[in-house]
Amino acid sequence: MCPSKSELEALTEKSTGQKRALIQVLQDIQDRIHWLPAEALEHVARTLGVPLAQVYGVATFYKFFSLEPRGRHVCTVCLGTACHVRGGQALLEHFERKLGIAAGRTTPDGKFTLERVNCLGACALAPLAVVDGRYYGRMSEAKADSVLAGVREDGDP
Amino acid sequence: MKTYRAYLYVCAGTGCVSGGAFEVKAALEEEVRRRGLADEVLVAAAGCNGFCERGPTLLVQPDGVFYQRLTPGDIPRLVEEHLVKGLPVKSLMYVPPDEKEPGPKMKDIEFFKHQRLIVLRNRGRIDPERIDDYIAYDGYAALARALTEMTPEGIIAEVSAAGLRGRGGAGFPTGTKWAICRRAPETPRYLVCNGDEGDPGAFMDRSVLEADPHAVIEGMVIGAKAVGAAKGFLYIRNEYPLALACMETAIGQAREYGLLGTDILGTGFDFDVAVVRGAGAFVSGEETALLASIEGGRAYPRQRPPYPAERGLWGKPTVINNVETWANVPSIIRRGAAWFAGLGTATSKGTKIFSLVGKINNTGLVEVPMGISLREIVYGIGGGIPGGRDFKAVQIGGPSGGCIPKALLDLPVDYESLKAAGSIMGSGGMIVMDEDTCMVDIALYFLRFAGEESCGKCAPCRVGTREMARILARITKGDGNGDDLIKLESLAPTVKRGSLCGLGQTAPNPVLTTLRYFRDEYEAHIFDKRCPALVCKDLIAFAIDPAACVGCLLCKKACPTGAISGEAKKVHVIDAKACIKCGICLNVCPPKIRAVRKTTPAIAGAAGSPTSSTRAAASPKTGEGR
Repeated sequence: MCPSKSELEALTEKSTGQKRALIQVLQDIQDRIHWLPAEALEHVARTLGVPLAQVYGVATFYKFFSLEPRGRHVCTVCLGTACHVRGGQALLEHFERKLGIAAGRTTPDGKFTLERVNCLGACALAPLAVVDGRYYGRMSEAKADSVLAGVREDGDP
Repeated sequence: MKTYRAYLYVCAGTGCVSGGAFEVKAALEEEVRRRGLADEVLVAAAGCNGFCERGPTLLVQPDGVFYQRLTPGDIPRLVEEHLVKGLPVKSLMYVPPDEKEPGPKMKDIEFFKHQRLIVLRNRGRIDPERIDDYIAYDGYAALARALTEMTPEGIIAEVSAAGLRGRGGAGFPTGTKWAICRRAPETPRYLVCNGDEGDPGAFMDRSVLEADPHAVIEGMVIGAKAVGAAKGFLYIRNEYPLALACMETAIGQAREYGLLGTDILGTGFDFDVAVVRGAGAFVSGEETALLASIEGGRAYPRQRPPYPAERGLWGKPTVINNVETWANVPSIIRRGAAWFAGLGTATSKGTKIFSLVGKINNTGLVEVPMGISLREIVYGIGGGIPGGRDFKAVQIGGPSGGCIPKALLDLPVDYESLKAAGSIMGSGGMIVMDEDTCMVDIALYFLRFAGEESCGKCAPCRVGTREMARILARITKGDGNGDDLIKLESLAPTVKRGSLCGLGQTAPNPVLTTLRYFRDEYEAHIFDKRCPALVCKDLIAFAIDPAACVGCLLCKKACPTGAISGEAKKVHVIDAKACIKCGICLNVCPPKIRAVRKTTPAIAGAAGSPTSSTRAAASPKTGEGR
């Protein structure tokens, strides 16, 4: 799960000493391994010359960053206003029941992470859910069940 | 450029793509090739045309015929009939609500007919990934004019005379902002494009970035000449992967054509831009917070003045305008201030893009002249409310805005009128709500949002929004009391006055407007323990109407808690104690039967009292109502 030292070096090398590159560097690591382990934060602090407290501050301020490992499959339920008035909350609760976890958590087997997002700007498709990067518009509980069943059957990537 | 007999523009906006637009495009390409039409017919991707509700959509040019809700299976017939035989396929066209015959041409469809396109002028007709397409429609002509014929002062004077105001929400005059920056003695100066479109329900900036990225770049180069900047930043939300990719492509092409970088068009003027990816914080849309984020830190707003135009990025003068504002600039320079100022009202010039979403028939993105009435937007363009429900309110301006009631439907949409009504223009999200939307629940939704997104720097916002949300939550649970409304009304001005940035200063607006226009709903929750819209879970109950139930077992099978008992062909019953009010039973009950009912108040026995209301809620499962 944790990136090797050389991998971290490759991701941060070009930003050595550049404090302003902090968010960018954290994004690159998050993109690559989908979370930010403590070793990565420490490495970034050293390489960029930014206090670790500041790195931690930025990593916890922005929602894009995760300080916990994320599941192999990510389900995101949109709770923008358009989705909210078309039943987004009930949909999120359905995902929570089906996966047995609260929004923001990962299943103990590391298979699924459930997230909610403020708005994906695809309001015409409300209510909307995204599973492994694929958008599912006009989502219903029944549709959610079949999407999840499909992911479960696919096995792990 | 090679010309073709027909151009097939498949909408490649996020809405259509998630509906399968790329599969449709691939099927079209395959069919065109298979029939040997590849030399006569061009299949291309086009930017979002705004009619997201009907995606995936296709526009056939030069005929102007509009096809909608396409699947790959429709394509062989479409190509055969339309392109081989010359007979447009009626069954794939859009049929307006209440009509039987489709309107074949895009320009005849109500949704498109009443719009006035300036910023979205290229939608549906250019491939955003091809700079040549943009240039073919006068793209970069304004840049050439600004760089070769105009002085910086002349550009600022033109933008000021046009009366362009910031499209991100506050409506500050763009020309004035540029002039302040130009006068600031310090250098270097910077430009920023604010593409951190955080208001839930607003997606016009995403669409502009995806559909016409060169318009934003062109606007920024013109602005750079005006204020004397050499470097610009485009801050785009991480949640918009397609917009980020489109912008990177467009920047590369503009550099290649000598329209960005050093010595632009051989005029000796240098300007370049870089894309900065947001990391998911609503407050980054606030201008000083956005600057802090570009600098690599937490998105904390700071006190103004000094305004960024005087002290911005790294303490240097910086002009920040939102995506839609930048995209207006090329048209103003190309067609002149007088033309632009001829559109709109006395104080609000030009057009505004709105995202028309929620409980509305024609969901999508619309660009309309300032001053148009809400009624024209909701009923004229939007086609009214689906499922025969009644219009209740339209929420404008996101978490900073307010809910405008039915009585104000004839309100002209401009900066001042919306402010007087307690809302703001905001970035342009318009969420239409019908009688099944609870206004207390909506107020709670926005205050929770503001509380979660508050950066925490100042107490009135951090503590105040959460306290307001706590009171609202109590009311929706039926635990509210008469003092709660007074508390909300006294907390609101404290949060507004005491907060440092726009997030806190406007956060109480959703509460204040719903209290102003829908006080009776608050009172029903507090005094009668009723939720008139049948939304708040603690105040409603689910029941099966024995007269309507046919005993089909569907709800029993779907119930996640086993709260429903009954046998085949016998009336089913919901056990109120086991029911978690998830609403799945209501969703699966067939539309013809509609035996599952919601009632309020929730307490058994109270239903049926004179104040209770029961009805088969507009069934969300029927699609149109959802």
